[in-house]
Amino acid sequence: MHSKSIAALGAGLRAGDYSSVDLTRAFLERIDRYDEDLNCFITLAPERALARAEAADKLIRSGEAGPLAGIPIAHKDIFCTNGLKTSCGSKMLDSFIAPYDATVVSRLDEAGAVMLGKTNMDEFAMGSSNETSHYGVVRNPWDRNLVPGGSSGGSAAAVAARLCVAATGTDTGGSIRQPAALCGITGLKPTYGRVSRYGMIAFASSLDQAGPLTRSAEDAAAILQAIAGFDRRDSTSAQEPVPDYSEQLEDPLVGLKIGLPKEYFNEGLDGEVARSIELAVDEYRRMGATVMDISLPNSGLSVATYYVVAPAECSSNLSRFDGVRFGYRCQEPKNLEDLYKRSRSEGFGAEVKRRILIGTYALSAGYYDAYYLKAQQIRHLISDDFRQAFEKVDVIMGPTSPTTAFAIGEKADDPVTMYLSDIYTIAANLAGLPGISIPVRPAAGRPVGLQIVGNYFQEAKLLNVAHRLQRESDWHLAEPLGFSSPSRI
Amino acid sequence: MSLERSDVEKIAHLARLAVSSDELDSVAGDLSTILQLMEQMNAVNTDGVIPMAHPLHMAQRLRPDEVSEIDERDHFQSIAPATENGLYLVPRVIE
Repeated sequence: MHSKSIAALGAGLRAGDYSSVDLTRAFLERIDRYDEDLNCFITLAPERALARAEAADKLIRSGEAGPLAGIPIAHKDIFCTNGLKTSCGSKMLDSFIAPYDATVVSRLDEAGAVMLGKTNMDEFAMGSSNETSHYGVVRNPWDRNLVPGGSSGGSAAAVAARLCVAATGTDTGGSIRQPAALCGITGLKPTYGRVSRYGMIAFASSLDQAGPLTRSAEDAAAILQAIAGFDRRDSTSAQEPVPDYSEQLEDPLVGLKIGLPKEYFNEGLDGEVARSIELAVDEYRRMGATVMDISLPNSGLSVATYYVVAPAECSSNLSRFDGVRFGYRCQEPKNLEDLYKRSRSEGFGAEVKRRILIGTYALSAGYYDAYYLKAQQIRHLISDDFRQAFEKVDVIMGPTSPTTAFAIGEKADDPVTMYLSDIYTIAANLAGLPGISIPVRPAAGRPVGLQIVGNYFQEAKLLNVAHRLQRESDWHLAEPLGFSSPSRI
Repeated sequence: MSLERSDVEKIAHLARLAVSSDELDSVAGDLSTILQLMEQMNAVNTDGVIPMAHPLHMAQRLRPDEVSEIDERDHFQSIAPATENGLYLVPRVIE
C-alpha cells in the first residue's frame, strides 16, 4: 500500500478496495511507528485528516472525485494552514496559528487530497541540511546519521520513508531539488510564478517557488496539476495557461537534445556522483536522445550572487516579525526598541540572524550598488547563458548536488561550505527556470539525484523526460530499509 | 573586506537585532567570510548590463481599486501577543 503510486491508490479507492479513511489511518500508523526517530513532522493533524478522508470517501462514492481525492499528503510547514500551527521551523512562529490557507493548501484541499500534517524544515527555509530547524534535525531514512538535505528536509524524508504519498516543498536556491536528491525521491521546482506564493511564508520573493516532492515524475505531474495556475492574490503569479501535465508523459525522447554544462562537471563534483550521472545520461542516449557539451560561463558566480540577493530580500521580508502583531514577543520589554530587538533576537535562530545581518549590510547606504545592484546585473548574465543554451538544446542535465548526503553536524559550523552544497541548483532560481531532480544509481549506498533544467514553463517536458527514465529504469523504486511494516491494506 | 565589531553593532541596530558583546567577534568573523564569498562577483565586468528585476521581465499587474477583502480584524488579532479594544499593545512610546 505505502509504495503505490497516486494513480494506483486512486484506482484502489475508486474500485472500493479500501477507503480514504483506511489509507489515512494506515499512513498515520506509519508516522506513529517511524517518525519519532526521523522527526519529519512538526505538527500532525489526525482528526482533521480523518474528517477530510471521510469527505473524500463520499466524493469518491459519488463518482465525481478527481485523481487526488483521498490521497494522504503532507505540507511543508512554510504553507499557512487555516486554524493549524504554521511554524516555518522557527521559535518565532511556534505559537502562530495561521488565520488563512495558502493557495497551494486550498487547491490541494479542493482536489480532495488529505493533509496528514506539517513537515519539518530549516528555519524560514534557510539551510541545506534541515539542521537549522527549531524543532531539531530530520534524519535521512537511508542512514540515520546523515542529513536529509534542506530546506524541505522533512517533506523529502517523509516521502522517502513512505510516511505520506507526496509532500509540498519550496525552492529558493535548491530546497526542493537538493533534499529530493539526498533522500532518493523526485522533486520539481516549477518556473518562477507558475505556482502561487500566496500564504507561503516569504524568504526571498524573487526566487521562492513551491513544488511537489514525490516518488515519481508521474506523481509529481498529478500534484503540479492541482497547484499550478494564475492566482490574483500573488502579484507575480504567471498568467500562462496550464497544460495537461500527464498528457506528454509518455512521449518518446528520440531526437531530444540534452546539454551537459561543462561547469557542472568540475573538480568540486564527487567522482561516484559523476559516474552515476553519466550512467543516467547513457540511458537517455539509448532512448534516442543526442547529448552535447555546452557552457554556462557565468554559473560559477551563482552562489556569490545568490548570497547577496537572497539575504537582501530576506532582511526585508523578515522585518515583519516585530513581536507586535503575531509570533514571538519577549518578556517584559523595557520600551518599543527593546521589544523589537529582543523579540527578534530571541525568536530567530543563528542562521536566520546571519542572513538578516548580511542582507541589511548589502542594502545599507553606500553599499547597494556594490552588492545588490551588481548581483542583479550578474543575474541577467546568468539568465542570458541559459537563454543561449536553450537555443541549442531542449534540456540541460547535470548533478543536483556535488555530493551525496553528508553526516549530521559535518557542515553545521561552516556556513560557506554549507552554501556550496547548492552550487548546481541556485542558477535555475536566479534565472527563474524550472528544474527537477530524479534518483539515479546510488553511490556507496547513498541516493544521487540527476537534475534536469528546462526552458520557461516547460514543466511538461521535464516531467516527460524524467518519466521516461523512470519507465526504463528502477532507480526511483529503491526504498530505504526498515520502513516496511505490513499494513492492513 | 572584513567587518569590525563596530560595523556589526551598526548593522544589528539597522536590522533591529540585539547582538551581545561576547557574540560580536564571532558574528563579525562569520559575516566577513560571507562577504569574501560575495566579492567573487567582482571578477566579472558588468558595465552596461541591465539589472534583472524579474526573471520573466514581467510588468507589475494592476487591478481595479475595489474592496475585495472582508473585515477580519478580530480573527487576526486573536493571535496577537497583546491587544485591547481592537488595538495592538506595545510599550508606551509617548510620555
